[in-house]
Amino acid sequence: MRRFLISLAVVSSLGLAACGSSDTSSDTTAAGGDAKLAGGTGNDCTTDKTLTAATLTIGTGTPAFEPWVVGDAPEKGEGFEAAVAYAVATELGFDNEHVSWVRTSFDEAVQPGKKNFDFNLQQYSITEERKKTVSFSDAYYTTNQAIVGFADSSAAGAKSVADLKGLKFGAQTGTTSLGFITDVIKPDAEPFVYDDNAGAKAALEAKQIDAIVVDLPTAFYIAAVEIEGAVVIGQFPADANATPEQFGLVFDLENPLVACVNTALATLKENGTLATIESTWLSDKTGAPVISL
Amino acid sequence: MTVEPLSRRQLFERAQRRKSTLIAAASTSLIVLLVVVLIPKMPRWDRVRQSFFNAERFKDSFPRLLHAFVLDIKIFAWSVPFIVVLALLVAITRNSRSPALFPLRAFAIAYTDIMRGVPVLLWIYLIGFGVPGLGMDRPWNSPLLWGSVALVLTYAAYVAEVFRAGIDGVHESQRAAARSLGLSNMQSLRFVVLPQAIRKVIPPLMNDLVSLQKDVALVSLIGPVEILRQAGIDKSKFANFTPYLAAAAIFLLLTIPLTRTTDWLIERERRRTSGTRVR
Repeated sequence: MRRFLISLAVVSSLGLAACGSSDTSSDTTAAGGDAKLAGGTGNDCTTDKTLTAATLTIGTGTPAFEPWVVGDAPEKGEGFEAAVAYAVATELGFDNEHVSWVRTSFDEAVQPGKKNFDFNLQQYSITEERKKTVSFSDAYYTTNQAIVGFADSSAAGAKSVADLKGLKFGAQTGTTSLGFITDVIKPDAEPFVYDDNAGAKAALEAKQIDAIVVDLPTAFYIAAVEIEGAVVIGQFPADANATPEQFGLVFDLENPLVACVNTALATLKENGTLATIESTWLSDKTGAPVISL
Repeated sequence: MTVEPLSRRQLFERAQRRKSTLIAAASTSLIVLLVVVLIPKMPRWDRVRQSFFNAERFKDSFPRLLHAFVLDIKIFAWSVPFIVVLALLVAITRNSRSPALFPLRAFAIAYTDIMRGVPVLLWIYLIGFGVPGLGMDRPWNSPLLWGSVALVLTYAAYVAEVFRAGIDGVHESQRAAARSLGLSNMQSLRFVVLPQAIRKVIPPLMNDLVSLQKDVALVSLIGPVEILRQAGIDKSKFANFTPYLAAAAIFLLLTIPLTRTTDWLIERERRRTSGTRVR
């Protein structure tokens, strides 16, 4: 009983202290004409809209791959998506202490059901089918599908889709890349499908497949760092598929936070922050030849 | 031909049988009624029905799944003979008695322990990606080939233990009798021990086959699109779990006859070897 009373006293004094500090700081921010709330806990727009009050919970892959997140440590803010996440958080008025990360598999976050994150980013292309179960923000990145294969393989030097028909392809399940193989390339042999890109890379190294289809930045990373002897054979034009490859942040269906985030993204695009992050972490898109249809 | 009047005992037994049937029918219909009436009354049943029991998705996926299931059956069909032969060899080795064969026995023990102790999943990755990664060319690096090898190696370890139990279950006097009739060690194994052992273990063997039939799906982890992977692709595409239900239905079409046959075999064996059933 006594211990309980002490802890009660501690908690209430902490609560008072917290109230006191937030009062003073909101005074100062109000004076500065800023909409941000005290202690980097979100702005007016995000109030009562986040999963946990005063905290922005962001989801990413398990593991998260480079160049999107460096070293599978999104909390460091290194890598394109980690940097975008923190830029959005800052724009929404959350400081780094009020951002927490959760991990989901790629498939999990775009399935129906309750979400354990405010938004999730792991190169989700915005598609009409996914829009039925989740909400997307505006695009934070636009890319093309690309193919990776060995420089000395039959895939190398392909100029058009016709050159690719005889190849054995591989891709990750649930991705738009897999849809791209079956709907656009339409190879003679059925593609192999893997749980994640790690499986596809292992199969490419074992020469069980001739080429992997992934988004362009991932393709550059695989060729430059992960698989020795692999090259980006080419990228497909943006209009190759019915829907262009635009990455959006994934939200629970009809989450009101989407509007706040879209405002933040618009600002980041306007003031050039997004472009700076892109040039810091991603390769130049023009580095890969374009494969015609 | 006159019909023999039933004895009092037969009359009593018939009455007993009818009573059991009636009770079973009543309890079954009660459960079915509860399920059919109560579940649709649950508050979120509509959403669950939409994402798990969607007729349109079922019809759309079913042909694709059936097509993919052919691959499961192929892997299953070509793996089983290898599993049985390898398992029998391992079991016989473990039951060998010659002191000179000790290294082989030790190997057989290590083999069954290790293969059974490590998840099938790991063997599939290790053999399916690892062996072809050593630098083989197509078609010899096929994930279908090496995935099947991984399945054969793991399942042979399980099945070997079943065979060994069967061999151990044949009474030592059988072997003694065979030897005293002048059969060699190998001959008594071949003509006396194994026929009895194998007959005894057919039901547990069927059990392992049912389990193999589902584990075949693990080969999809290294690339080939079989039924569960196809269901997963469809699930992701339409954000609907009905394809898994359709896949389950296809699986059941095969496993139910298999398990029923197993039960029938067990029952036949029981009738053959034991006395009247106690009610």
